[in-house]
Amino acid sequence: MNLSLLVIAPLITVLAVLFARGKNAVRWLSLAGVMVQLILSFILLALYWRERAAGNPAPMLFQYLHPWFSSLGINYHVGVDGISVSMILLTAFVMVSAVLVSWQISPNAKEFFILLLLLSAGAYGYFISLDLFTLFFFLEVSVIPKFLLIGIWGSGRKEYAALKLALMLMAGSALVFIGLLGVYYHTRGLYTFDWPAIAQLGVPIRYERVFFPFLFTGFGIFTALFPFHTWVPDGHSSAPTAASMFLAGISMKLGGYGCLRIAVSLMPGSALIYSPIIITLATIGIIYGAFATMMQKDLKYINAYSSVSHCGFILLGIGMGTATAVNGAILQIISHGLMTALFFAAIGMIYDRTHTRLVEKLGGLLKVMPFIATVFVIAGLCSLGLPGLSGFVAEMTVFFGSWQRPGGTYHLATILACASIVVTAVYILGATGQVIMGPLKESQYNSLTDASWNEKMTGILLVAAILVIGTAPFWLTELINK
Amino acid sequence: MIPLNYILFLSTALFFIGMYGLFTRRNMITMLMSVELILNSVNINFIAFNKYLYPEKLEGLFFSLFIIAIAAAEAAVAIAIIINLYRNIRSIDVEAADDMKF
Amino acid sequence: MISRNYLSTALIPGLPFLGFVILGLFGRKYIKRFSGGTAAILVFLSTAMALLTAWDYFSGVGPTDTNSHPIDVGDITWLPLGSNLSVHMNFLLDSLSLMMIVVVTVISLMVHLFSIGYMKGEARNPAYYAFLGLFTFSMLGLVMSSDLLQMYIFWELVGCSSYLLIGFYYDRPTAVAAAKKAFIVTRFADLGLLIGILILCYQARTGEYHKPTLDIRELVYVLTHTTPSGLFLGFPLISWGLLLVFMGGAGKSALFPLHIWLPDAMEGPTPVSALIHAATMVVAGVFLVARLYPLYAEATDVSRIIEYAGAISALLAAIIACTQTDIKRVLAYSTMSQIGYMMFALGTAPDTNWQGYTAALFHLFTHAFFKALLFLCAGVIIHFVHSNEMKDMGGMRKMLPLAHVCFLVACLAIAGIPPFAGFFSKEEILLAAWNSSKLIYAIALFTSGLTAFYMFRLYFSIFWNKPATGHRHKLPFVMSRPLIILALGTVFVGFIPFSRLMVYAQYPDADPHESIGLNAIPPVLIALLGIAIAARLYYKENDRPAKWAQSIRGVYTLAYRKFYIDELYLFVTKKIIFNLMGRPAAWIDRHIVDGFMNGLAIATARISATIKGIQSGKVQDYAWFFFIGIAGLAVLFIYIVT
Repeated sequence: MNLSLLVIAPLITVLAVLFARGKNAVRWLSLAGVMVQLILSFILLALYWRERAAGNPAPMLFQYLHPWFSSLGINYHVGVDGISVSMILLTAFVMVSAVLVSWQISPNAKEFFILLLLLSAGAYGYFISLDLFTLFFFLEVSVIPKFLLIGIWGSGRKEYAALKLALMLMAGSALVFIGLLGVYYHTRGLYTFDWPAIAQLGVPIRYERVFFPFLFTGFGIFTALFPFHTWVPDGHSSAPTAASMFLAGISMKLGGYGCLRIAVSLMPGSALIYSPIIITLATIGIIYGAFATMMQKDLKYINAYSSVSHCGFILLGIGMGTATAVNGAILQIISHGLMTALFFAAIGMIYDRTHTRLVEKLGGLLKVMPFIATVFVIAGLCSLGLPGLSGFVAEMTVFFGSWQRPGGTYHLATILACASIVVTAVYILGATGQVIMGPLKESQYNSLTDASWNEKMTGILLVAAILVIGTAPFWLTELINK
Repeated sequence: MIPLNYILFLSTALFFIGMYGLFTRRNMITMLMSVELILNSVNINFIAFNKYLYPEKLEGLFFSLFIIAIAAAEAAVAIAIIINLYRNIRSIDVEAADDMKF
Repeated sequence: MISRNYLSTALIPGLPFLGFVILGLFGRKYIKRFSGGTAAILVFLSTAMALLTAWDYFSGVGPTDTNSHPIDVGDITWLPLGSNLSVHMNFLLDSLSLMMIVVVTVISLMVHLFSIGYMKGEARNPAYYAFLGLFTFSMLGLVMSSDLLQMYIFWELVGCSSYLLIGFYYDRPTAVAAAKKAFIVTRFADLGLLIGILILCYQARTGEYHKPTLDIRELVYVLTHTTPSGLFLGFPLISWGLLLVFMGGAGKSALFPLHIWLPDAMEGPTPVSALIHAATMVVAGVFLVARLYPLYAEATDVSRIIEYAGAISALLAAIIACTQTDIKRVLAYSTMSQIGYMMFALGTAPDTNWQGYTAALFHLFTHAFFKALLFLCAGVIIHFVHSNEMKDMGGMRKMLPLAHVCFLVACLAIAGIPPFAGFFSKEEILLAAWNSSKLIYAIALFTSGLTAFYMFRLYFSIFWNKPATGHRHKLPFVMSRPLIILALGTVFVGFIPFSRLMVYAQYPDADPHESIGLNAIPPVLIALLGIAIAARLYYKENDRPAKWAQSIRGVYTLAYRKFYIDELYLFVTKKIIFNLMGRPAAWIDRHIVDGFMNGLAIATARISATIKGIQSGKVQDYAWFFFIGIAGLAVLFIYIVT
């Protein structure tokens, strides 16, 4: 299967939308485009399973290499393994949901969908890249559309948030670039950007130690590594719903994937050396994020800080380093991506109707919007790790994996991370109790409508994905481990 | 013969007087005059070196003829620019033409 | 045998789950009025399956009978957690789980039937029955789990169903707050459970298989056959693990000091209180400790803590119950007290071999019946009086004769009067306490007197006290039959030979049976004394209770205000956690971390403002720079480079 189709399909959709006339044409074309992406990712999954079942032991499948600047060692090299396939599936699900939830976006729907699709092209390309330069290229593709999406279609302090997000993410990319160059110049043997080759050849430890912080911090900024997480609250909260879903659901995971695949796989020695720092920062992020969430008054800020807290699990798993913990980190990437997309979708639906995100102004929405309220509650329950939903699976794997690392301080870090489940329950149930339950806050809420067909589809799609992973995680863990 | 140094002193002095005028005068025409001074000082240098170091060659002479011609052309172009600038900013004070600042 | 295969066992929890799914997805639009009936039918089938399986199992049981060994049916590797550890989804059917299955399904069926009458006309009925189905499924899954993490999964699902059901009347802020409180307190306890599971699981690594395990039977076997290593603060790690697991159980079972959610949970509909907060969910902690009983039997320090926690809970709850005026709150505290009994019976493990085990489980079984009966009767009463307060009731024995008889039967049972079921189970518990610690025995005896007193205070206040008025109300069929069945159960289940049946599977030669004999007399006497005092105070309307309350004013207020424990918790959470941890975290994030980033931006802007002066727009300045540059380069190249 030609992996580049995953990148070409969104670009073709962008072209089609560019020449479309009228809001309906734009929307339906975008939806068709992302549905094609979803189908492609399922085909990829099926083909991948077939290859593995047939006993193909190669670490990366469906590879394709095209020389680009071969004198510098840069090629367009793509390929997938289990982890990449699951990331691609995640992206496809979130994209379909994002397009569906933005059905009524105005003004300039065409530009909105074009930017959204460009984001997805960047994400897909990132996940399939096997060449560091290509990876960086696709990483950068996705930064500018985010800036435009937040700055134009956002709410609240959108210009400030857009600028802050763009600058901090670019700072992260700059750090990543320094790390990449360091790795390139110091790979044993030859100058190449091809990261499977680099993983095999290795980098001498004295250079590893210097460049690992750059790479990890750079990718960590994407994944809300404390203390570089401050773009998350403002960025997610001011963004329009679909952009929030993409940002929290996929963008933050680009960093996690990068930390894992690039920083840790290419430089395992220094990953071990730096792991105490990573674990400390991750644990601080988890606990501190949870406590900061408790005090927030705006629904989107609650979800954004909660994302900081949950992405701390990803970094904790990566930092702990045991195989189970890393599996847990990947599971958390997928689970949190779906869950936070669902939560932002629900919040967006509420905001579209009530025009306020402040918890104290909302109340009793279960009576008038049962579907949206149920989706909100399910997202909240997934966030607090209720079994049967995907959050539990990921968190348990991270906890057990972290416990496997011997040593009192690591056990303490695990216990602190576990303690966050209580704090999560406090703020989730606080928000739910105030917003969904209780008496109807304002009498004008009586005239609010429940979800429309596109919003129902969004909710059902994401809830189905969460339930499948939550009730039958074994297929996903097998996929990741292959 | 007058020692070479004296003539070089003269041309250097002229050069720096011209530079001083270029950097400090506010009137654009006066700046142009200072540029002419610089060019003339260079001319003196060329002729002096030609006469004292290579008396049987004529390259210095030719070069200074070139410089005179180019100086004339450049003065014409500069006056044209100044006239156009004057039409826009109504002044020949060089400090008034600071639109390209930060 | 029909019951020993996967399908029939899976149906027991599967049918209620099916009810949840069907009612959840299609209830609101398509089923509406038949939701109660649908749910009841599914639970009835499940109960039938459960009773059949139990009969099958127990009719073949005996101390040396191989049929008493647990059977497992099917196994799914659900989630791998490492190269040698994974979570398996499996059913474990042994005497403990089958007893619990019978309790849960029977009580659930009674509650379903009762709800059809009680919740008639309620708008959100499909959701109600869906949540009831979810709860039944989760509770059954919990007791049938063979794997610790599987049990944890169902443990959390039980908590979630409880949250949904307590908050059923969601437009009442008190109900919402109560649901939140229940969930958060139990979540806090679940944190302990999770860490305890982690510790125990990895302690098994020191055992003979040298690998960590989550399977309960394997874990118990490995940890009781090795001397686990590792100390933390002077106590063995395994004790810490067991203590934390007990903490999880204590939260669900509302033991002191994690009991604060139970009285508030009475905001839910009364049938829900009957099912969840009387008979089934609150005994999950007892079940958990019973499941890991051999481990607790070896850990004397933890068992001491369990004993005292149980005894204190029992006493505390009994004292508070003597002063409460809301009928459901009295019953809630009574539940807490009885669970305290069960817990301290289990805590006598190191001293009494298996006596505590059978005593606690027997009491669990009988308590389920009479407590559910009490709550359903309370439901009937509340339905007719439209109030929960005792002062609005009185002299109701003519109006609700069936409820009167059933309530009386249940009160006699809980007071421990022979030949009702409560007598036998309470006696066994007191026997176990006597064999363990005389102090605990004394507390337990005193508490049983208090129990009799407050229960009969309740009884007399409702059915006597004022002159009997009103005409007979006839209860609908669906509401009266469950009352009758439960009352019959309360009378007769005491005669089941529990100690013979409830043998812990791996230890068939443990013989807990010790005849009660003359030890039965003191508790019965105390109970009769309690009843007599209650009668004197409440049989007819008088001011003796008020005078008594005045005379012990301080103690009375303390008990009435529930020993200010709620206020203490509120203080800790609001003042300490919110103000000392939450607020600073948010403030630091907004002002310090974010401020740092904003500061970077401002610093960049300032530097830029300073540097931009170079672009002055003046030609002469540029010419200067040009000249200086050339001069510099010239000096560089002429003098320094060559």
